Amino acid sequence: MRGTLSDRMGAALLMAPLLLFLILAYAWPFLGVVKWSFTLPTPGFGQYHALLTDDLVQSVFIRTLRIAAIVTVVSVTAAYAITVVWVRGSPVQRVLAEFCILVPFWISVLTRAFGWVALLSNRGLINTWLQSIGFISEPLTLVRNEFGVIVGMSHFLIPFAVFPLASAMRSLDERVLLAARGLGSSRMRTFWTVFVPMTRSGIIGSALITFVFSLGFFVTPAILGGGRSVMIAELIYLRIFQSPDWGLGAAISVVLVVFVGALMALVFRYVKPKQLV
Amino acid sequence: MPTYRPGPVSLALAVLVALFLLMPLLAVIPVSLTPSRMLTMPTGELSLRHYRSLIEDPRWLDSILLSLRIGVVSSALSTVLALTFSLGVWMFQPRFTAALVGFVLLPMVVPPVVSAVTLYFLLTSVSGISSFFGYDTWLGVAMAHSVMTVPFATVLMLVSLSQLDRRIDLAARGLGASVWERTTRVIMPNIKFGIVTAALLSFVLSWEEIGVTLFITSVNAITLPRLMWMGLRDNIDPAIAALSVILIIITVLVLAVRSVITRRQAAP
Repeated sequence: MRGTLSDRMGAALLMAPLLLFLILAYAWPFLGVVKWSFTLPTPGFGQYHALLTDDLVQSVFIRTLRIAAIVTVVSVTAAYAITVVWVRGSPVQRVLAEFCILVPFWISVLTRAFGWVALLSNRGLINTWLQSIGFISEPLTLVRNEFGVIVGMSHFLIPFAVFPLASAMRSLDERVLLAARGLGSSRMRTFWTVFVPMTRSGIIGSALITFVFSLGFFVTPAILGGGRSVMIAELIYLRIFQSPDWGLGAAISVVLVVFVGALMALVFRYVKPKQLV
Repeated sequence: MPTYRPGPVSLALAVLVALFLLMPLLAVIPVSLTPSRMLTMPTGELSLRHYRSLIEDPRWLDSILLSLRIGVVSSALSTVLALTFSLGVWMFQPRFTAALVGFVLLPMVVPPVVSAVTLYFLLTSVSGISSFFGYDTWLGVAMAHSVMTVPFATVLMLVSLSQLDRRIDLAARGLGASVWERTTRVIMPNIKFGIVTAALLSFVLSWEEIGVTLFITSVNAITLPRLMWMGLRDNIDPAIAALSVILIIITVLVLAVRSVITRRQAAP
């Protein structure tokens, strides 16, 4: 019965509204942005040339890659530690781990960034406490710099890094671990030589998600960086709203999409997308 | 049968990560009770003045109502669009399904800031045609939010359809049910949990959306996150701490209720 005329009509009718909506409200305006990057302020490749030569843009790109790399390592490591307990812990440990992962996950990025401001700012909890016990006399600068950005972004991304790891750890055959232990391998050795290699696809998936998210991250760096450690996304915002240079903002956007697309294509050559989620 | 449980080192590391995850959420509680106008730790006395200012200051109330309205409209739009699309995919399994689904998921994969620039382009272009449906209008924001949330709704629908037994639908079809009857009487009742979850997730994502909203609003369509953003960037207003505490409590309650419901569903 599949593939008859009425079936194809039915499929088309049901699928058309969403496809039309996204073509009109997403694909078409994206082509418009691409057009901006080639036509504003003057037609040609001027904006792309500027991307390659402008020192400010270059330094922002390098900073973004550096922060994204650090955040990826921090988030995946931290996520790994808590996922082990979420997946393999006792029932009580599982519930507690799930709570600690899901509550931050569902809370808005603004609230979480604000929480870090409350902790890290000059008159925040950490500085107040350290001063009250006489450990420091002047407040430490923990926010409005790269440190604050890395802390806030890692906090935001850990729950996202957890999910691919959890699915890799769930599909792992427990008997292999028990066999290793039964043959006299220590906990540490079992973990590093059996457990970690068997969750490789989860680690790759989790690192990919974290890295890609970090590259285009806007809110947390803008709040915790305080305008001092600007990342690509904030640079796009500034180019469009503060020093109106729509062409450059559009060109950076296009480069970002191409870069992320290439990165994902590269990773998917080695790992099947289905293994990641 | 023995099971492989995490050892003491794993547990200790996990506790550290858990503390890191919860710390900023707990930190806003004392700050929200400060009697000062500034973002400081309360020294001695506590005050609820920042909670009161949430109710008394019309700006907060207006933006809460606006966010609710935008959330409901955009969630309804993305749920309906995602549902019809997923039903088409599931019932007819058309050719090029993978490519079509991939296209629908783009707004979820593309860096949000690029989607924001794209939607900024869209709404500023539309502004020339219509004054209540473009840049800085609530309808424009609702539509933009739908673009961003519809991939998530679609994923949830496709997942819950994939768990549905095809033979139920085949039986209905064999007994002569039309596409409409199969959809409304057979398929939808079986995935109603998925539909509700998709609607809820779309609402929550719209309610807290800020990345795109920043690009497409300026003075009129000030949603709640937009107002929080202004308070965070310029001069940090402790009312944000009070609001954050309320949002955190709501989240914890909703998650608790949800886990009770899921557990009941799992063990009928």
